[in-house]
Amino acid sequence: MTNLLSIMIFTPLAAALIMMLLLRGEEKQAQLNVKLLTLITTAATFLISVFVFFEFDPSSADFQLLEEAEWLFGLHYKVGIDGISVLFVMLTTILMPITVIACWNVEHRVKEFMAAFLVLESFMIGVFCSLDLVLFYLFFEAGLIPMFLIIGIWGGKNRIYATFKFFLYTLLGSILMLIAMIALWTIADSSDITALLNFTVPSASLTILGLTIPGGIQTIMWFAFFASFAVKLPMWPVHTWLPDAHVQAPTGGSVILAAILLKMGGYGFLRFSLPMFPIASEIMTPFVMWLSVVAIIYTSLVAMMQEDMKKLIAYSSVAHMGFVTLGIFAANRQGIDGAIFQMISHGFISGALFLCVGVIYDRMHTRGIDDYGGLVIKMPVYALIFMLFTLANVGLPGTSGFVGEFLTLVGVYQYSSWAAVFAATGVVLSACYALWLFRRVVFGDLIKASLKTIDDMDWRERIVFAPLVIMTLLLGIYPSIVTDVIGISVQHLVSHVEESRQLIAITAGKN
Amino acid sequence: MLAYDMEAILPELALAIYAMVALMWGVFNKPARAGSTLNWLTALVFAGLAVWIGFTPEGTRIAFGGAFTDDLFARFGKVLILAAMSVVLLMSRDYLQRNQLLKFEFPILAAFAALGMMIMVSASDLMVFYMGLELQSLSLYVLAAFRSDSSRSTEAGLKYFVLGALSSGLLLYGASLTYGYAGTTLFSGIASSVTDSMPVGLLYGLVLILVGLAFKISAVPFHMWVPDVYEGSPTPVTALFATAPKVAAILLLTRILFEAFGAATKEWQLIIAILAVASMFLGAIAAIGQQDIKRLMAYSSIAHMGFALVGLAAATSEGVQATLLYIVIYVVMNVGIFAFILSMRRDGWQVTDIGSLQMYSRQAPAKSLALLVLLCSLAGIVPMVGFFAKFYVFWAAIEANLLWLAIAGGIASVIGAYYYLRIVYFMYFGESNEGLDSTMNRLGAAILMITAIIMVVGVINLFNLTDVAQRAAMVLLN
Repeated sequence: MTNLLSIMIFTPLAAALIMMLLLRGEEKQAQLNVKLLTLITTAATFLISVFVFFEFDPSSADFQLLEEAEWLFGLHYKVGIDGISVLFVMLTTILMPITVIACWNVEHRVKEFMAAFLVLESFMIGVFCSLDLVLFYLFFEAGLIPMFLIIGIWGGKNRIYATFKFFLYTLLGSILMLIAMIALWTIADSSDITALLNFTVPSASLTILGLTIPGGIQTIMWFAFFASFAVKLPMWPVHTWLPDAHVQAPTGGSVILAAILLKMGGYGFLRFSLPMFPIASEIMTPFVMWLSVVAIIYTSLVAMMQEDMKKLIAYSSVAHMGFVTLGIFAANRQGIDGAIFQMISHGFISGALFLCVGVIYDRMHTRGIDDYGGLVIKMPVYALIFMLFTLANVGLPGTSGFVGEFLTLVGVYQYSSWAAVFAATGVVLSACYALWLFRRVVFGDLIKASLKTIDDMDWRERIVFAPLVIMTLLLGIYPSIVTDVIGISVQHLVSHVEESRQLIAITAGKN
Repeated sequence: MLAYDMEAILPELALAIYAMVALMWGVFNKPARAGSTLNWLTALVFAGLAVWIGFTPEGTRIAFGGAFTDDLFARFGKVLILAAMSVVLLMSRDYLQRNQLLKFEFPILAAFAALGMMIMVSASDLMVFYMGLELQSLSLYVLAAFRSDSSRSTEAGLKYFVLGALSSGLLLYGASLTYGYAGTTLFSGIASSVTDSMPVGLLYGLVLILVGLAFKISAVPFHMWVPDVYEGSPTPVTALFATAPKVAAILLLTRILFEAFGAATKEWQLIIAILAVASMFLGAIAAIGQQDIKRLMAYSSIAHMGFALVGLAAATSEGVQATLLYIVIYVVMNVGIFAFILSMRRDGWQVTDIGSLQMYSRQAPAKSLALLVLLCSLAGIVPMVGFFAKFYVFWAAIEANLLWLAIAGGIASVIGAYYYLRIVYFMYFGESNEGLDSTMNRLGAAILMITAIIMVVGVINLFNLTDVAQRAAMVLLN
């Protein structure tokens, strides 16, 4: 199979096309057909990704399963995966079928809904596989359109505001990245990411309008890329679109947004910012560290005061992404291992938490924390699952949340003990808001009359949660499944960054 | 010698003869029948000429002592102009018929306008260029006021005429200054006078010519007529305005800048760049508040001309190539959108209010999807072809060290994305209302669908258009 990756990328897109062209009707049977086709496609994509995973050789840091073809303007269609991207691909393909089952109850314009998800899946896989600057940008941005529609059509009351904010915020960040990409392409004369990874962008200081910029072109480009990835991740203070988008998005949209779309930002830092602009990254590390620390503490405090469950989880996502940026920019083995681990684990945990909210939202049609209480009496299974993910979100040892936070903190400590200390308070704060949320929703007396008749989770919902529970515990107990796959690639990345920094230091010393 | 000259302008000659014969025929026939037949026939003639010109063997023919150039660049423009005119005529049929506008003068005026545009893109002499421009403009003035019983259409025609006359005046003044200081009206002759130490008068000439042409391509700050004329003219005429004349004017501008003033790049580069930035931003910001889709498209076209000018501001062959690509993609997108606008009708009445699109996606999912694709393409959102148009002009600008221009363009395109998305918002997220009549004719629907498919499929290789555009640009810069 020489074009396994392309098959994986375009299978969902092809299915979406077939769906739009061939399936018609709004009646029950037609809707069921649409849902089944979506489920089969996402499951098939998952199977293909399993093949990809086994074809992949984790003992090499090279890009594998490469495919290359000529494209426009001397650009290339080039895809391939390395240890870092393969796991994100797996995360995407695992979560898609789960999301589809979780959205089984959607009845409003099902065909468009499912088609949007399939298109989105193609683009998400494409982001993690592409090895050409513009191809990456293409996939990175294209995901905006389906997500814009998902929030805008199937979202809550204030969906229009949320979806426009989401779209324009991300677009503005990305346009700056696009221009930096073109500039990078012009300077390096290649748009091939593998070649660019070995290209040294000039880093001599520049003076513009009397302002000295250390790191020169590298720093400027770094900022342009940063603008895009920081919005996507999102980092404080450009995170404000996320709570709005999450609150308004339908459950499935929230899951994908939190679990996969946010990770594109972190992936971008790992793929571009760190290896291509090592000097600028070094110069900017304190800046990123403080932003991350502020994000962790500030958004944790904000999360504590939320009345809306989805908003609370959204702020908690921002806080957890703070750990990711800390780990990445610590630029050592533990830090980056931890950041990737944190992203994968957060994918499962936050996805599951949004699904948990979805479960009771489907029953009560409210997300207000005060509207619940005492659910454990009527919904014991739900309470158990919700507790597991709450604790995983807090970072309880034995769950995947712990490994990610622990590794990042170890990595950060080597860079700056102060940053580690402040970040660690975030762990405490996360326990406050997450446990408090759990207490208010699940424990206490069941006094609300409307809750008296609420049913526990049905089989469909239990099936949805099963893989998430398994993955959370498995990664928590046996983290090597992740670290073994990413190990060599991360090692390569770290040594590459260190080498290029030393090289510059030596040449600077000579002058 | 005469035979050689005539051979070079054979397509123009054919079109001129056709238009005059058709005029005679139309006068002596029943108006209703003549209008319908001539509409078909003219569209067919345009298409035939486009194919003919498209298959002309490569090579440059310079006729009439250098006043008329038939090169790949000109042929590129002519094929695009004729193809666009042909499609616009065909898709206007239904509209014209419903509004009792299917008169035989319409296709004939369009034919004369097309002739003017063909002369414009081939002109390499100030006189010829002015002749082509005026032939085009006069035909278009009449077309703008074609619906003589509507005060808005008449107003549009008058406004267009007065401001057009002003711009022609400026242009003529610039041309005479240029002639006075260069001693010749030939572009090649002007080029030899344009040196580093060229007289100031020549520079004034250049600037005035630029201003005149900026009127024609509706670049800010010479855009005031555009929204009113677009809104007031009958929709088929608006569709025509938005496509072919822009191609002709941009190509003419390109030829003058590079053939006549190619040595004075640094003199005009900044002017073009400022026109570009102003157009991009004004187009993007002013369109936000529009409720009328024709007005919105007017501002959209202003913004798009700004983006096309970014390529010219780069002043390189890549820049010209980027502009050519941009203009082709722009025309295809606009043809698709206008095919839809022409069909917007409620209870039998033509509407142009964006609000009438509320929840159109429920009513016509396929057409809404096609519109979504076209709007995203206009906004330059990946993965549509419109993105590559913008991408390439930005690339050309960055290659030419105009990073600030690319950044400004990027920001303008984000602002612009908002108003295109607003239409998507109405179509997909709006509240349900009575909706539009579902009576889009087959041809219009087909054009809408085909343009949308082009916008998506083109991502694969842009139909090898890049090669053609590159060769056309090389002709001009060597």
